[in-house]
Amino acid sequence: MTASQPHVTRGAAIAGTPYVLRALLVWLTVYRRIWRSSAFSSILGPLFYLGALGFGLGSLVDRHQGGLGGVPYLAYVAPAILAVQAMQSALQEATFPVYGGIKWNPRYLAARATPLRPADIYRGHLLFITLRLAMNSAVFLAIAAAFGSVRSPWAVAALPAAVLTGLAFAAPVAAWAVTVERDTAFNYMFRFGMTPLMLFSGTFFPLSQLPAWIRPVAYATPLWHGVALCRALTLGTIDPGSLAVHLAYLVALACAGLAAGTRTYTRRLYV
Amino acid sequence: MPEVLVRARGLTKRFGGFTAVDGIDFELYQGEAFGFLGPNGAGKSSTMRMISCVSPPSGGELTIFGLDPRRSGADIRARLGVVPQDDTLDIELTVRENLLVYGRYFGLPRPLIRERAGQLLDFVQLTDRADDMVEPLSGGMKRRLTIARSLINDPEILILDEPTTGLDPQARHVVWDRLFRLKQRGVTLILTTHYMDEAEQLCDRIVVMDHARIAAMGTPRELLARFTTPEVLELRFQPDIQDEAAKKVQGLFATERTELLADRILMYVPDGDAALAGVLDGGLEPVATLVRRSTLEDVFLRLTGRSLVE
Repeated sequence: MTASQPHVTRGAAIAGTPYVLRALLVWLTVYRRIWRSSAFSSILGPLFYLGALGFGLGSLVDRHQGGLGGVPYLAYVAPAILAVQAMQSALQEATFPVYGGIKWNPRYLAARATPLRPADIYRGHLLFITLRLAMNSAVFLAIAAAFGSVRSPWAVAALPAAVLTGLAFAAPVAAWAVTVERDTAFNYMFRFGMTPLMLFSGTFFPLSQLPAWIRPVAYATPLWHGVALCRALTLGTIDPGSLAVHLAYLVALACAGLAAGTRTYTRRLYV
Repeated sequence: MPEVLVRARGLTKRFGGFTAVDGIDFELYQGEAFGFLGPNGAGKSSTMRMISCVSPPSGGELTIFGLDPRRSGADIRARLGVVPQDDTLDIELTVRENLLVYGRYFGLPRPLIRERAGQLLDFVQLTDRADDMVEPLSGGMKRRLTIARSLINDPEILILDEPTTGLDPQARHVVWDRLFRLKQRGVTLILTTHYMDEAEQLCDRIVVMDHARIAAMGTPRELLARFTTPEVLELRFQPDIQDEAAKKVQGLFATERTELLADRILMYVPDGDAALAGVLDGGLEPVATLVRRSTLEDVFLRLTGRSLVE
């Protein structure tokens, strides 16, 4: 075996698969085992949200207000939930599994002993999160379309928009999560970060309902940009100027996260 | 002359104000089994992590395969096998999947990994557990799987950080047996341990580390010859008269080295039986006596004034 094996494979094979894809494999291997239950819950989630908000709350809004922004409430709220759901699954995937990669199931520590560099480990994990975001968002869009809440062919572009929204959260949050010493920090983030974002980013009601002084805070949050972007695409109310602003904001946040993550992962894994 | 695979000169690792490794020099030659012996906190693991290219040195020089780990870390790691002190097996994967995923980290083609995984599982006697999850395996089995995983890339150097710490004696012997076979096949080994019997059984050359520095280096036989006598006489007395007895022993054997431990007196002598006769003739009444060969434990005690395992 070891000694008798010809050594030609050393080095020769190393050039092959890009490091990021090598780092992705472990996540896919685990996911392959749980994909059924995961797919099931990614269908149930949208059904609950769209059913409760679209039909339950939506029928009230439509009856008393005649819809919102000129469209039925379901059409108004569905793209927002698409963005919210992308944020939620991004935050889930970029916190506990990252922390676990060092503390509970030291997947990161195993990979660092191989040719993979911390940046590869980080990007490979982000790539997996991106795939999960794309799957969840595609399922959501299909269900939302079946509910009749998609009103423009531009909605196809809401898929990458939702993925980008998720990445704008996942990249910087994973960069932070790898430095965290106690996982209770994540609960604070979910409670005091994610929940207010979900409620006050123009998701369930327009920001014009909020006092004027607080609106700039909402405009500065990534979720508001994600919601506005997804909504413009599913409703087909596209304004190139604001589209560019939303895209630039989300891309900038994701890139800043990527740069930070390369640094924090290196510092954490190379001690 | 065999090729030098690892060369360290003044190698230093600092964490803030704490110096974990304080300017050590050594060379590792191809085909040898090289052991770092020392108590916990001596700097062994920090040294292993620097050689594994996951911990940048704070000072001094380090080359592995003639390469600088700061610039060629990934290329060096591609040629190393690492068994870290704590297992880093993936508990969400099966035994075999752990090998497959790890092999892909090295960019090896799938058919080759499959073939090697089968051979390696055979080698570490885990073939019948290949499709089980890792979690329910015993500590010894996990250790063997970690060793199998570290061999998936057919490494030129195998680095083992305390390979048998925490294992029961039986599991430890199985691991030793596998490591001994690797050594027979010519695999270059670096290992750390605080078990002197592990070092004596497996290592061609030993570095004794203490307080971040190298206290001595040589083959086990050289270290024994240089730092201790062929035999040791151990004497136990009633605790209340131990100090008094120690003084008498030292009076009887003024030229021999004695070590006073908490529960016994060690006498370093060329002939243990003769020394024991002398002690009894001198009117001393030990409650227990033992004549034995010197070991690396005695070397360590001589060099540092402390025992290895406390």
